[in-house]
Amino acid sequence: MARHARVDRLARWGMTLPPTVFLLAFVAAPALIMILASFREPGEFGGLAPWNGASFEAYRFLLTDIIYAEIFARSLLVAVLTTLICLVLAYPLAWLIARSPKRRRDLLVLLVMLPFASNFLIRIYAWIMLLGPLNLLFSPWAVMIGMVYVHLPFMVLPLYVNLERHDPALLEAARDLGAGAWTRFSRITFPLSLPGIYAGAALVFIPVFGMFAVPELLGGTGDILIANLIKEEFLQNRDWPLGSALSILLTVAVLACAGLATLAARRGFKGTEAVS
Amino acid sequence: MALLELRNVTRRFGSLEAVKNVSLAIEAGEFFTLLGPSGCGKTTILRMIAGFDAPDEGDILLDGQSLSGVPPEQRPLHTVFQSYALFPHMTVAGNVAFPLEMAGRPKDEIRRRVGEALELVHLVAKAESFPHEISGGEKQRVALARGLVGRPRLLLLDESLGALDAKLREQMQIELIALQRQVGIAFVFVTHAQDEALALSHRVAVMRAGRIEQCDEPDRLYTQPANRFVADFIGKVNLIDVEVLAASKVLLALRAPGLGEIAASDPRPLRAGESGTFALRPELIRIFGRKESADLKNRFEGKVKELLYLGDVTLYKVELANGFVIEALMPNAAPGRAKFHEVGDPVAVCWRHDAGLYLRE
Repeated sequence: MARHARVDRLARWGMTLPPTVFLLAFVAAPALIMILASFREPGEFGGLAPWNGASFEAYRFLLTDIIYAEIFARSLLVAVLTTLICLVLAYPLAWLIARSPKRRRDLLVLLVMLPFASNFLIRIYAWIMLLGPLNLLFSPWAVMIGMVYVHLPFMVLPLYVNLERHDPALLEAARDLGAGAWTRFSRITFPLSLPGIYAGAALVFIPVFGMFAVPELLGGTGDILIANLIKEEFLQNRDWPLGSALSILLTVAVLACAGLATLAARRGFKGTEAVS
Repeated sequence: MALLELRNVTRRFGSLEAVKNVSLAIEAGEFFTLLGPSGCGKTTILRMIAGFDAPDEGDILLDGQSLSGVPPEQRPLHTVFQSYALFPHMTVAGNVAFPLEMAGRPKDEIRRRVGEALELVHLVAKAESFPHEISGGEKQRVALARGLVGRPRLLLLDESLGALDAKLREQMQIELIALQRQVGIAFVFVTHAQDEALALSHRVAVMRAGRIEQCDEPDRLYTQPANRFVADFIGKVNLIDVEVLAASKVLLALRAPGLGEIAASDPRPLRAGESGTFALRPELIRIFGRKESADLKNRFEGKVKELLYLGDVTLYKVELANGFVIEALMPNAAPGRAKFHEVGDPVAVCWRHDAGLYLRE
């Protein structure tokens, strides 16, 4: 018994060790470095000035200059809009795939994932070719189109996985008890798909909030988002503490959003775990 | 006028005729059962009544009005599904309130009627539970309450007791009978379990391959089966191939090949020479030792081949002279230990002349 327990514990340690080391080395340590860097002074030619006690200069600067709040709000808006547009586009698509015959379903899912077969940047450059002649390039529209295009599959897949598992008998029962088509959707299908919606929303919202490449390549100078700002602080302005502080604010904001969503989900999911 | 009427209903799936020219009438307040092996078309009939499927030919009428073209959500009848199909994201009370909300009833009326319906199925204490938090029997009762709360003209039950274990099933059967009597709504029940059909129903339609073989009260189905299929499907039966030797108004002489003459009775005018099946229920057969005399018309000698002690009864399989194995059920009703005819014992099986039934097909 005791031997077994020890072997068990060893096995568990052995299994969890590699991911733990990975997370410590590539998530916890860089985050810690960023936090420390954000409380220091910038060096004259980039990097950090010699240690001279904790400085709150970076945070003070962020909170007093309205431009940072503006860009932060814009990033949030883009993330929310992208998530909503993806949801509206993905829901009917996921629903149609979930309702297709089994053999066609696998093919359709494959088609949804097919864009991943080519490089993300190449696909964004392709959009430059497409949007240029339409006079849409370097505009907020181009940024939104690119964001939605890139993240749509991340909304379709969790929604499809959820909708495919719905018991068709539930819709028949609702219909039998007097529910018309719209009521069947609003009272049965939609509430039961909430876990899929939350999963998809998280998979879209979080990367869009921190997205750097799409506004960089498709957006104009007025369309920069928080991630572009971070890049600018590090590479152009050479203000590492300010870039670090921005990064930390972004991380905190994303975590806060995720936390709120989880709380909301706990309330809204009662009963739906049983089916999905 | 019948509450629900099926007139020459036929339903085809490709080249398969799932329901063949079925006509039947269900009266108000009746507990009607469609009984048959899987694939006999009974669920197809239920789905056509509910409106999820439509007949290719014929018509379905409710109170004399054709239901053709009326979608399921507008038919005043509700279904209790085989899997119950409770809405997992709604509480028990929410599930039961659903049909009333769909009917647009006012809030206080909904609250009152949900309370009454839950009381009817003894689930008031579980009103705020979610479906995944309650047992199978409780789910069954929620599904019943949800089907009944809107006071439909007709409640359709699709193999509704199939998912329950034997003990719970018996209890639910008793509850279902009491419930149906209490609410007075006509039930149309679909099942493949003949004991369930006999126990629950006022009338049973026995189906085979899309047709109704016999539609009758349970005791008449059991004692007067219309044909060999019904006799065999309902309960246990010995089926012996016979030929009519002589027929009079009261007495019927049959000849079973290799066995001899069987005395029976049949009011129908039968002709000597025709052949059919002699059906005999095991519990109507008596077993005696060879030396005991019995004042019964039919007496055949044989040997006990097997016996199954079932507690209340013992089932004997007796091999007769021609090799035919006849089954006889003997009650163990005497106090003390049961007395058996052991395997290999020479015995005689006897039955009254009116115990069995001659079937033409």
